[in-house]
Amino acid sequence: MTFDMSQFLVTFYEESFEGLDIMETELLALDVGEADLETINTIFRAAHSIKGGSGTFGLNDVATFTHVMETLLDEMRDGKRDVTQEGVNILLESVDVLREMLSTLQAEEELDVERIAIVKQKLDNLLAGDSTEAASPIVEEQPSVAENNITDTQTMDTSTAGSSGWVINFKPHVGMLQTGNDPVRMFRELSTLGDFSAELDTSNLPEFLLMEPENSALSWVLTLKGDIPKSEIEEVFDWVEDDCDLTITAITSSFPADEEIAEAEIISETEEPKPIKEVPVETPIPQAADSATSEKPEAKAKRKVTTEASSIRVSIDKVDELINMVGELVITQSMLSQLGEEEEFGEEHLEKLKNGLMQLERNTREMQENVMRIRMLPISFVFQRFPRLVHDLSGKLDKKIELVLSGESTELDKTVMEKIGDPLVHLVRNSLDHGIESPEVRLAAGKPETGEIHLNAFHEGGNIVIEITDDGAGLNLEKILSKAKSSGIVGENDKLVDEDIADLIFRPGFSTADVVSDVSGRGVGMDVVRRNIRALGGTVDVKTKAGEGSVFTIRLPLTLAILDGQSIVVGDEVYIVPLVAIVESIQVDTSLVNGITGQAEVYRLRDEYIPIVKLCDIFNVKPLHDNMEDGLLVVVEAEGKKVALLVDDLLGQQQVVIKSLETNFKSIEGISGATILGDGTVALILDVTGLITISKQNTKAGNSKTPTSVAA
Amino acid sequence: MAKILAVDDSASMRQMVSFTLKGAGHDVVEAVDGVDALAKSKGQKFDLVISDVNMPNMDGITLIAELRKLADFKFTPMLMLTTESAGDKKQQGKAAGATGWIVKPFNPDQLLATIGKVL
Repeated sequence: MTFDMSQFLVTFYEESFEGLDIMETELLALDVGEADLETINTIFRAAHSIKGGSGTFGLNDVATFTHVMETLLDEMRDGKRDVTQEGVNILLESVDVLREMLSTLQAEEELDVERIAIVKQKLDNLLAGDSTEAASPIVEEQPSVAENNITDTQTMDTSTAGSSGWVINFKPHVGMLQTGNDPVRMFRELSTLGDFSAELDTSNLPEFLLMEPENSALSWVLTLKGDIPKSEIEEVFDWVEDDCDLTITAITSSFPADEEIAEAEIISETEEPKPIKEVPVETPIPQAADSATSEKPEAKAKRKVTTEASSIRVSIDKVDELINMVGELVITQSMLSQLGEEEEFGEEHLEKLKNGLMQLERNTREMQENVMRIRMLPISFVFQRFPRLVHDLSGKLDKKIELVLSGESTELDKTVMEKIGDPLVHLVRNSLDHGIESPEVRLAAGKPETGEIHLNAFHEGGNIVIEITDDGAGLNLEKILSKAKSSGIVGENDKLVDEDIADLIFRPGFSTADVVSDVSGRGVGMDVVRRNIRALGGTVDVKTKAGEGSVFTIRLPLTLAILDGQSIVVGDEVYIVPLVAIVESIQVDTSLVNGITGQAEVYRLRDEYIPIVKLCDIFNVKPLHDNMEDGLLVVVEAEGKKVALLVDDLLGQQQVVIKSLETNFKSIEGISGATILGDGTVALILDVTGLITISKQNTKAGNSKTPTSVAA
Repeated sequence: MAKILAVDDSASMRQMVSFTLKGAGHDVVEAVDGVDALAKSKGQKFDLVISDVNMPNMDGITLIAELRKLADFKFTPMLMLTTESAGDKKQQGKAAGATGWIVKPFNPDQLLATIGKVL
C-alpha cells in the first residue's frame, strides 16, 4: 500500500487558512495586559494544528516557523510571558508570513526565504528576550518527517553492545497494567529485535486471597541476544519508564549467560515473532518528498493551474434545497411525458400541457437561482480582513479609527468576491490615509477624536452594493480641480459641477497627496480601482461633503455567469446588449443626425452629441433597412462615454447565460461572450467598451474633439 | 482486525490517521474532540484509542482520564498524538492513564509500527 500524502494536503491547506483567520481575529481581540486565557488557547491550538499538520505532511519550513510561534504562545498561555503589544504585532506579522508561505507552497512556488527569516528572527529575539526559557529548545525539536527510520535514534546511538546482547531486569510497578501497557506485548516486540528469552520471578506474588488481578506483581529477567543498540531496547520501555524498575546491562563475554538462562524456567513467548518493522506498508513519505523536490518547473506550472480550480464549501441547506428541486423537476417531467403518451390529444390535454410547461418554467427558474446560490458566499469573507488592516494602518498613521462592519451576511458570487478584495482594500486605505484626519485636527474641528469607517453591504435589485463611508474631512474639491487643471486633465475654462470634480480622482495618474506615503498617494490606484470594478461589470462613484466625510459606493452584479440582456436584431443576426449599459433606445430622427468631417455621424440627443455606431458595418452584416430612419438607436454608455448603436430592431429582454468566447473560440474585440438562445442559435454578447474603442478608431481622423459630454 | 477510535480536531490529521489505519485493515471511528469521542465511546468497545492532545471542548488528556473511568476502557491501550517533546505533556498523559504516545510529526509507517506495539 503506497499512498500519497498530497491527498491530505487539500484539507490541510483549507483548515490551515481557516486556522490563520482564527488566529488573526483572536489576536486582534486580545487585550494587551490582561489577556483572556481562552483566547490565547484558541490561538495556540490553531498554531499547534498547523505545526502538527505541516510536519506530518512534509512542509518542514512551515513546521519550523510555526514551532517558534507556538513556543511563544505556549509561554503566554502558561503565564510565563506577558502579552505585549509588541508580541501581538509580531504574531500578527507571523500570521501573514505563514499565510504567504502556505499559499506559496500550495501554488508550488518558491518561498520568500528572506522575509521568513526576518520575521522568524523577530520571533526568536522576542523569545530570547525576557522570558524564563531561552530559545534553545527551538533547535532541539526540528520536525524530521523526511526521515524514514522508524527509530531515528538508531543511527545516532553508539552504545551498542557488540555481538553479545543484553540482560534486562524488568520489574513493573503495581499500577503499570492500568495504563493499558502489557508486558506480553513488550516481550513480543523485544523478540523481534533478537534472540529473546525471559525468566519469570514470582517471588513478590502475594497469597492467592490477597491477590489483586489488576495489579502487577511479577518481575522478569530478560535476555536478548544479538547485535542490538541499547536505544532500541529503551524504546520498547519508553512508555513505562516511570512505571517500572528497569536495568539494562550488556552481556560481557565473561558472563556465562548462555547456560544459565537456558536452564532457567522460561515463560517464553512461543508465538512466532512478528517483525514489527516489516509491517506490510510501503514507505510513502520519502517518495512524496522526492517527487516534491525533484519536480520539474513545467510540472509545477501545470500543478498551479489545478490548484486554482479551487473548491467551495456549500452549506448543506443549499444542497438539500437543490435536491428537493430536482425532485420537483422529475415530477414535472414525468407528468409531461405521460401527457405525450396520450393517444389522442384533445382540448383538455392542451390545458394540461400548458400547465406542465408553466411548472417546468418555474422549476427551471428556481433551480437556476439555487444553483447560482451555490456560488454565493457571504461578503464577510472579504470584510474580515479589514479589522486587521485598520488596526495596522491606524497604528502606522497615528490615527484613531473605529471600523464598523454591517451587512456581512450579504451574499455574492465567489468570483466577484475574489476580485473585489483588492479594490476594496484600496478604497479603505484611501479613507484611512486621506479621509480620516489626525486626532488633533479632528478635535480642533469639533469632531470626536476617533474617526469612523463604515463598511456596509446590501442587495439592491440584481446588484450588490458596497459602501465605504468615512466621517473624515471629505474630498478637497478645490485642490482636486486645481491639480486637474495644472496637469491638463481639465481645461482652464471648463465648468465642472462638484460631482464631476470628485469623479476626477478616478482618472489615471491623479493624486492630490502632498506626500507620497507608503499607505497610498502614488496616484496609481483609484483609476485601477475603477477599472477593476468595471471589469466585473460594476460601477464605483463617490459622494463627498467637506468636513463631513465621503461615501464610496460600489455596485456589482451578483454573478458573472448570468447577464440581463436586451436582444437586438442586425440583419439576420441577433445580438445581446448588456442591459446595464443601455441608457435609452430611440427612434431615429434623421434631422438630428449630423455628419462630422464626412467620417462619422453623430446624433444630437437633447444637449449631447453622440457618435453613431453602425453595427452592420462593424460586423459586416447586411442590414434589414437601408434607411437609417427605419432602424433604432440604442444609446449605451461605458466608462463615461456614450455611443448610439444603430440596430434594425429590438427583441425582448432576457437573462442569458454567458459562455466564454475565448475558451471556445478566441477573443474578439467588441464581443464579450456568447450565449445560446431559446431556439438553440448562438447569439454574441456585445462588449460596449470594446465597441466604443472601435468606433473611436474608425472616426479618429481629424475629430479628436468630438462634442461628447465632459463627464468622463 | 482492530477497532480504533481516532480523535483529532484537525481534519487533515484525522484523515491521514484514519486512512492509514483503514489501509492496514482496521475499523476506524473518528471523533473531532474529547466530548465527541466520549459520546462515541459510550456503549461500544475499542481495541485502541488514538487521541490528539490539544483540542477544543475537551483535550486529549482529560479524555483519557474520563475513558479510564469507564469499565470498558480500563485496560484499553490509549495513545496520545503529541508534538510536545517536552516531558510534561507526556507525564500529564501518563498520569491520566495514557498507555503511550506518538510524537508528531509521524508518517504512516511510524503510526502503524507504533500501534503494532499495543495491538
